[in-house]
Order: sequence, then C-alpha cells, then structure tokens
Amino acid sequence: MREKLFETPSQTAGPYVHIGTAPQSIGRPGLVGQPGPVIASDTGPAITVEGIVLDGAGAPVRDAMLEIWQADGAGRVGPHGLFARAVAAFDSGVFRFQTVKPGIHAKGHAPHIALLIFARGINIHLHTRIYFPEDRELIASDPDFARLSPEARDTLVATPGEGGNYRFDVHLQGPQETVFFDI
Amino acid sequence: MTGPDFYRRDRSAHPPAYAPGYKSSVLRAPFRPLHSLEQTSLERSGPALGHAPLGPLDHDLIRNAAVDGDALGERIYVFGQVLDENARPVPNALIEVWQANAAGRYAHVKDGYLAPLDPNFSGCGRCVSDAEGRYLFRTIKPGPYPWPNNGSDWRPAHIHLSIFGEAFTQRLVTQLYFEGDPLIPLCPIVNTIPDATVIERLVARLDMRNQEPFDCLAYRFDIVLRGRRQTHFETRPEGA
Ligand SMILES: [Fe+3]
Repeated sequence: MREKLFETPSQTAGPYVHIGTAPQSIGRPGLVGQPGPVIASDTGPAITVEGIVLDGAGAPVRDAMLEIWQADGAGRVGPHGLFARAVAAFDSGVFRFQTVKPGIHAKGHAPHIALLIFARGINIHLHTRIYFPEDRELIASDPDFARLSPEARDTLVATPGEGGNYRFDVHLQGPQETVFFDI
Repeated sequence: MTGPDFYRRDRSAHPPAYAPGYKSSVLRAPFRPLHSLEQTSLERSGPALGHAPLGPLDHDLIRNAAVDGDALGERIYVFGQVLDENARPVPNALIEVWQANAAGRYAHVKDGYLAPLDPNFSGCGRCVSDAEGRYLFRTIKPGPYPWPNNGSDWRPAHIHLSIFGEAFTQRLVTQLYFEGDPLIPLCPIVNTIPDATVIERLVARLDMRNQEPFDCLAYRFDIVLRGRRQTHFETRPEGA
C-alpha cells in the first residue's frame, strides 16, 4: 500500500495565459487541435453563452481565460462530452462560447455547463455552473440546488436572450457574488 | 463508465483565493466559502485532449517559433512524471506551457517590459505524457522579470503549466520554479502559498544525469493530479 501523494499546488495563470492556451487571441498561429470557443455538435440545439467576469469593484476582468465542459445534447459525457475554451476580449472583457444545449447527464439533475475561470489574481481556478432559465422545474427539484439560498441559485442561471443566446456574468466578489463549487 | 470519485481537493495545500501580498487577488477573490457538491459523471470524465496528435515541434520551444536560428538562452529540458495522488502514472495528460524568454520578456501584446524580444522564441509549447506518465519538453530557461505589485517586485524564473488529466476534476494550472533561485522566497505570488514545504513542490530540480552533454541541462519536475478513491475499502463494523 503506497502513501497518498500531495496534489501539485496551483498558481495563478497570470496575465499572459493567452501565449500558451489561446495564441490566436494575441495574433499568433494557433496549434493544431487546440480548443477554441466554438463547439461543433449536432446533438442538440445550437446556443451561445456570453458574459463578463467582474471583479469586486465591478470592473471587467479583461485577462480571464474560461473553459466549459458539458454533456452533449443527448446527455452523454465521457468521450461524447463537449469542451471549449474562450478568453475575455482585451477591450470589453466579454467572453463568448458557441455550443449546444446540454442534455441531462445525471438523473434528477438539471442540464448545466461546468465553467472554470482562470486569471491573474485568481490563485486557484474557480468552478461554477451555468443553468438555463427554461429549466425552472428541473432546477427546483435538483438536489444540488436544494442547499443553496434563492439569491445564490440566481447567480447560476443564465439570462435568456433571443434565438438561443444566453447571458452569464460572473461576479467574483460582492453582494451578487457567484456561487463557486468544490467538487 | 466514468469510474469512482476523486479525492476531495486538499485546499490547505493550495494558495487561498485571498492573499493580500499579491495585490491582484484582493478584488478577484470570492469571499463566500466554496459550496461542496457530490461528483457526477461529468466531473469524473474530461476532454481527451491528450489523445490528439501534436505537432512535431510542439514540445520544443527552442525551435518551434524559430525564424532564422535557435532561441537564445540557457538550453534546458524540463521533464518528469505525471502521477495521481495514488502514485499511479497518468498517461495522455496534456501539458501546455508558456513562459518569458531568456531576458524575462513575454511575446505578448500586453508585456511592456524593456527587455528585448527574441524573434526566434514565442514561449508557447505543449506535450503529452506517455504510457508511464512521463513527459518532456525542451526550452530555454526563462529570465526573471519585474512587475508592479509592491513597487517593483520581481518574479523568479518560472514556467506556466496547464494540465489536463483524464477527468475535469484533475484540471490544474500552476507554475514551476528553478532550484536555487534566490527570488523564490521573495515572490508575492509564490508566497500566496503560506507553507514553505508546499512551495517546495513547485521547484524543479537540476538533474545532471539527464543532461544532453554539450547541449542542454535538465530539470526534473513531477506533477501530481487528484486521484480516485480506492474502490476496495477495508470495511469496518459500525463502531469499530
Ligand atoms: Fe509569468
């Protein structure tokens, strides 16, 4: 029986995260197969999710890098799971993903997208979830929601726009602070 | 089939979100506690990024952006093994790296440090671990650089790493430092980790046996990702 090792500690991604993870965003050729913000899948309805990460002063986090991982439209994970990566725009701080609406991958759980946030000043990445406003009933019976206050729940539900577009802002601090998970 | 759960992350072995010595964390640290959730098949699986073929020079930062010659600087290998907390090798882990050049300057639109760019160096690379979890890349040793924090603080030489194991729970972004660098204990970002023994886990060790004679020094840096709970627990009767 071997002793348990210690996980390597995290350090901030820093302000130059684009060089290694999204070179096209700084005008360099991307690497073959490198993930971008667009998921091509015909397993469900096409959607976009865009938003801004905001700091405790309400300022956009313009150097954030974000990743999503979700079930496909049929609710399949593992090799069918869908992954994408986006960076905040240097001017506005807006990030934007194109994907499909995830199906239900675990019985009793409302469809959602796992979202990771990396940035300068974030010492260990933050993990949150994007839920969808039209799934109100599923959300109401989701056991992961049962233990959250109503205000906390609201931070996890995207705002609907037109034609499959959703808005999801992340508040790192303050009265509207987004719920972050330890999973 | 997505396997058993992963061990909970031991948050005491990571920097806290709020570390006021590192000024950027002050407005970017959540103040509410993290909310614990059970893992589902989503978190126990992950994108198989380490299974896709890489470019032949992706792991070689000395050559992969070269225009008319090798990148300038101290030539080094960085190598090691990717393991999980159960000391099992993690194959097909994708390791993405980025770093400053030998003068401490990043090839990035937002880096205005006066040190020169190297036209033959982009500071971007990646590699994948093999069946035994071993990985290797070749690069130049990055230079230290100043940054505004408490006046002019200096970063020790470091390489940024982004790692994907087999599951999304294992996702990790970190930085490696170099053995013997006097700037390590002075760095506010290093010191977001309060425990010196934990900081040691981020220090790559000079390994003379793995040098390339008359060419490259070698630094060893092993990476540990979260491991799965053992499937067979010793079950004890209630109250024992
Ligand atoms: Fe850096």
